[in-house]
Amino acid sequence: MKSLAELQAIRDKARTQLNIRNENENNIRVLVGMATCGIAAGARPVLNAFVEECAKRGLENVTVTQTGCIGICQYEPVVEVVVPGEEKVTYVKMDAEKALKVVNDHLVNRNVVTEYTIGKYSE
Amino acid sequence: MRELSLNVMDIAQNSVRAEATELAIRCVQDTAAQTLTITLEDNGCGMSREQIASVTDPFFTTRTTRKVGLGVPLFKMAAEQTGGSFEITSAPGEGTVTTATFCTDHVDMTPLGDINSTVSLLINSNPEMDFVFERKVDEKSFTLDTRQLREVLGDVPLNNPEVALWISSFLEENEKDLFGGKDQ
Repeated sequence: MKSLAELQAIRDKARTQLNIRNENENNIRVLVGMATCGIAAGARPVLNAFVEECAKRGLENVTVTQTGCIGICQYEPVVEVVVPGEEKVTYVKMDAEKALKVVNDHLVNRNVVTEYTIGKYSE
Repeated sequence: MRELSLNVMDIAQNSVRAEATELAIRCVQDTAAQTLTITLEDNGCGMSREQIASVTDPFFTTRTTRKVGLGVPLFKMAAEQTGGSFEITSAPGEGTVTTATFCTDHVDMTPLGDINSTVSLLINSNPEMDFVFERKVDEKSFTLDTRQLREVLGDVPLNNPEVALWISSFLEENEKDLFGGKDQ
């Protein structure tokens, strides 16, 4: 069974690596739409995939968080990726598998996955 | 919504918007009575009597991006379609308690689903908030209280990836234990 002692060990380890995230201005933000429309369309597995994959790859400069409805419910699950100094990218009709590709291509290698973007989809 | 745990995720968002610093989520299952009661209790800004009356109306929302608000109406519907009940008690400045009771043997019962995923994602996305998650099945129960975790963690945030992993496993192991060591 998971114990608090284990948590203590995690803390001690984390403290040695701390202070990177807070002061990093190049922090990439991943916003997953989690209003009623997003959740009903399947946003939870998408958010989960982003969180787990970023943790697995140790992407310290990425913050994954949820956001509300941005008004394009027909395109949910919607994910916005904000890289400082670049134009915001909006991915639509996402699923867990697409999320993994976005982590790999966009967050790690900095190539926008054009085929999943709203611009491509509404063509 | 295909799972009640998705409704919970949705309703919890209302507490976040109400600037709650604490949210307690309780799932109490009574096998003999065939009921499941889900309670969400926050210490957010609360609602006036008029607001409480209008939140179950799908055409009421505080949002400005569109004209409908389906979170509460869908949760209410999920409860009432099983012959269960739904209640919101709140007052301005005093937080909000949302209670939904389900008759689990009803043909229209929506499964609870992956509630652990809901809880761990809520903690991960709102690391500055405190969550209490209580799961009870008949006499057995377990609780996750982020305030206790915070005591151990100190300045290490709850959304640290390894902490998140610990929380997920904690929930999974305890859930398994509730159901006698079997996967649900």
